[in-house]
Amino acid sequence: MITQRAGTTALRRVAGKSNGFFTTNVAKLALAQPLSTTQTRPVATQKMTFADETELLAKQRLNRPVSPHLAIYDKQQTWFGGSIWQRITGSAFSGGMYIFATAYLVAPLMGWHLESASLAASFGALPLAVKGGLKFLAAWPFTFHAFNGVRHILFDIGVGFKRQTVVKTGWYIWGASLVSGLYLAFFF
Amino acid sequence: MAALRSSASVMLGAAVSRPALRSAAAAPAAVRGMAQLANGAQHSTTASGDQPRLKTFQIYRWNPDTPTEKPRMQSYTLDLNKTGPMVLDALIRIKNELDPTLTFRRSCREGICGSCAMNINGTNTLACLCRIPAESNAEMKIYPLPHTYVVKDLVPDLTQFYKQYKSIKPYLQRDTPAEDGKEYRQSKADRKKLDGLYECILCACCSTSCPSYWWNSEEYLGPAILLQSYRWLADSRDEKKAERKDALNNSMSLYRCHTILNCTRTCPKGLNPGLAIAQIKKEMAFS
Repeated sequence: MITQRAGTTALRRVAGKSNGFFTTNVAKLALAQPLSTTQTRPVATQKMTFADETELLAKQRLNRPVSPHLAIYDKQQTWFGGSIWQRITGSAFSGGMYIFATAYLVAPLMGWHLESASLAASFGALPLAVKGGLKFLAAWPFTFHAFNGVRHILFDIGVGFKRQTVVKTGWYIWGASLVSGLYLAFFF
Repeated sequence: MAALRSSASVMLGAAVSRPALRSAAAAPAAVRGMAQLANGAQHSTTASGDQPRLKTFQIYRWNPDTPTEKPRMQSYTLDLNKTGPMVLDALIRIKNELDPTLTFRRSCREGICGSCAMNINGTNTLACLCRIPAESNAEMKIYPLPHTYVVKDLVPDLTQFYKQYKSIKPYLQRDTPAEDGKEYRQSKADRKKLDGLYECILCACCSTSCPSYWWNSEEYLGPAILLQSYRWLADSRDEKKAERKDALNNSMSLYRCHTILNCTRTCPKGLNPGLAIAQIKKEMAFS
């Protein structure tokens, strides 16, 4: 690598005119004035207090755009992330439970029939595909949440953090939850 | 690199005289050693042939001088035969030859300074360590680090990031003097605990890959800073561990980590911020 670089610089020196110009003028400059050890720059800096800095930053941020994030980041990591789906499935289950419990509570007042027997009867009357589909809608979030929950427990004890393991287990959980969700929906 | 190596070894195998070898090897070296090509005459001698290998780069542009204009994507097309192998080489060549107004940070070009951190094809990485994929003709998309305030083009404002780094007191804190009055000694086993932590160059790739940090960057420290936190928690010589843990013991600083692990997947240095955060959580839980 170093020899290549040396070749590069040598070529540059031969080819570039500016280098020749520079070397010829260095001598003249050195004659004209003694070598200075300090450098002057036309740009001035100013000392600012912490409060001023914060204020200036806030002012600058008003103008600055925020760089794109969700829209441009690797889809596999943002849209299929185990963590966010853990939250979505968990929220769906707890939300569903609250909704059903509330509905069950007010059912006598509203005249709804939410007893197990009537629910089972109405569900049994549906065609097989709809039955399976509805069951899958409940089964897949359950299996995903369960499998991914195990993964999160393993993360909490510090296991499975190797880069390849993270990628692989992420996909395994999608596969396992879909297959077991389908099984629960159609064969159980 | 491969092309260069093979041509060099062919020349060596033929056992040609030294000056001939040097001149033959120097021409391709000039092409890939420099980000830009010095002149056309050298190009004609490249081993890669005359077929131009065009690659289009779509780059995020925003100019603070015209702040009302929306950020836009600008495409530049380069011939890869005349460009170095890394994305940074392409950026430098674009700046030198196509558009001098393109702005980005870079310094060491070997992955040790962390200046050229940016989002390339959807993941954060260092432009100098990211190869231009030669096998596909797909366009490359280059954005600044996600969810940061843009200073200009690919330059993000990292003020908050550095402030957060300062807030964790990233230095050795001790009350007791060294036993021999010279230096704070450490066993080899204790030193080994710092491997995988001290190498962090604070390029902010991991922090800006973390959705949790995107939404809570004001209060959540983010993977890079937490890795640094753990670097001091894991240091056998540091004596302020309790204070360090206390500072993290709230709902925001540490516990906004939901083990999404984009940090571990994106780190251009191959470190594991996710694991470091898990270790902190474990230590906090059992202390």
